[in-house]
Amino acid sequence: MTAAMIAARPGNMAGTDATEADAGRTAVPIDETGNELPATASAAKVEGGVKEKAGKSASPPAEPLAGRIGEWARAALRTVLPPLAGLALLIGIWHLATFGGGGIPGPGQTWDAAVALFSDPFYIDGPNDQGIGWNVLASLERVGIGFGIAALVGIPAGFLLGRFALLSQMLNPIISLLRPVSPLAWLPIGLLVFQRADPAATWTIFICSIWPMILNTAQGVTRVPQDYLNVARVLNLSEWKVFTRILFPAVLPYMLTGIRLSIGTAWLVIVAAEMLTGGVGIGFWVWDEWNNLKVEHIIIAIFVIGIVGLILEQMLMLVARRFSYENR
Amino acid sequence: MTKKIVQIENVGQSFDTKKGRFVALRDIDLDIHEGESIALIGHSGCGKSTLLNLIAGLTRPSSGVMLCGGREIAGPGPERAVVFQNHSLLPWLTCFDNVYLAVERVFAAKEGKASLKRRTHEALELVGLAHAETKFPHEISGGMKQRVGIARALSMQPRILLMDEPFGALDALTRANLQDELMKILAATKATMVMVTHDVDEAVLLSDRVVMLTNGPAATIGEILEVGIERPRDRLALAHDAHFGECRAAIMEFLYHKQLKRAA
Repeated sequence: MTAAMIAARPGNMAGTDATEADAGRTAVPIDETGNELPATASAAKVEGGVKEKAGKSASPPAEPLAGRIGEWARAALRTVLPPLAGLALLIGIWHLATFGGGGIPGPGQTWDAAVALFSDPFYIDGPNDQGIGWNVLASLERVGIGFGIAALVGIPAGFLLGRFALLSQMLNPIISLLRPVSPLAWLPIGLLVFQRADPAATWTIFICSIWPMILNTAQGVTRVPQDYLNVARVLNLSEWKVFTRILFPAVLPYMLTGIRLSIGTAWLVIVAAEMLTGGVGIGFWVWDEWNNLKVEHIIIAIFVIGIVGLILEQMLMLVARRFSYENR
Repeated sequence: MTKKIVQIENVGQSFDTKKGRFVALRDIDLDIHEGESIALIGHSGCGKSTLLNLIAGLTRPSSGVMLCGGREIAGPGPERAVVFQNHSLLPWLTCFDNVYLAVERVFAAKEGKASLKRRTHEALELVGLAHAETKFPHEISGGMKQRVGIARALSMQPRILLMDEPFGALDALTRANLQDELMKILAATKATMVMVTHDVDEAVLLSDRVVMLTNGPAATIGEILEVGIERPRDRLALAHDAHFGECRAAIMEFLYHKQLKRAA
């Protein structure tokens, strides 16, 4: 599951069509999830909720308690069982493939190594030998700083590009040219400018996460329905009111899509960047363990990277759901 | 004769398209008097909405003069409130906040917050939606949304209310309901109204004069019908009223005989 997610990522940073398709596609799920869990609808649901509760409290005596628990358990099984089966299948194949020995450690071996590793995740034994917890946190810090600066620059830039056609005509060719470039190609430039490895890695994150934010925000601005802008004109709203009441809320879902794509790409890129720059970080750690020939640690790192990426993604999904609204 | 609010003199509107110049409207002359209700009717594409947008100030005429209260219409203004066909409420604001946005714009310079809130509340009360103030547009029905749109327009205390097929997207029963309510509101507020419609009954029922536009391109005013039915009007009584029938017939004659669209 995590592997599939990571594999799907490079498509997002590749061609123009990919991001556009992504933006279009993700705009819909936001509405869909909004339908399921609209934060704004909570007020309306209070009334309905009271009625529902009344209905429920009337029905339980008819249904035996054991029956209800059984039903609940069955529903839980239905949602939990397939992913568990998939996981078991993966581990089974892994076990069979490594059964005869060879360089790759089996699941049992990896599990033992993981237990040892996670029993002390926060030790510091010199600059190049630190616990996996510190390595993950160091990577997250780089992603946070690089991504934060990219958001500070990219989102306003996206608004400007969406609002002023001339600006977008000027800059779109440049963006189209630079966006398909692997962010790692920018790493030497960062090393040259900053003279140190750490800011250079952050710089790489900045470069890779700025494009989706600029493009999605700009697209959101151009897609603000003309009706809303007509309302602004008829009501003669000030520029500030137009921005806070119409432009910003209308663009927010697109912006969050851009942020989600950016975070995903940033997490993808940091591993590679750290392999090249060294220091403390999960990417460097993977490379270091390769040099130490501790292959089971590399497999553990793959799982850790996947899980952290999944958590980042889910957190942003939650935020997006909070700010989604239904159009009609 | 009462005071003229809007004067339209010799107005024409044309657009530059890829195929060359497209003349939408020509030689429009119309005076709108205070307290009057006017319906603009014509086949689709004849430029009814174009004319309404000109009065609203959303577009500028290519030729001619448009005055509101003796001053040239240079852009949208709070004295000319618009109700859109698709309600155009902002989905991220509650009904109250949607109306408040308009109230704030017009009255915030002179009045305090409490007074602005009172005005918003009154506007929603006028359309019978005081109970739905805290709801979001997606939580209420189409008819209710349109009422909020009307409340938003009325809350600005405009000199003239411009409505672009306000009930076009509603079902027949809801539409009749809202028409009746609109008549009451207009009687109570003595507001001036211009409404674009393609519904003959609606035009006769709601307006004092029905302005009939010829087919586009280059549409102009074909006929103006004085309805002259006493107010308050009752839709049930009018159903069997001979004069109502005559008005209807006159408009139908214009639309389906004189201005029949060949390839509609």
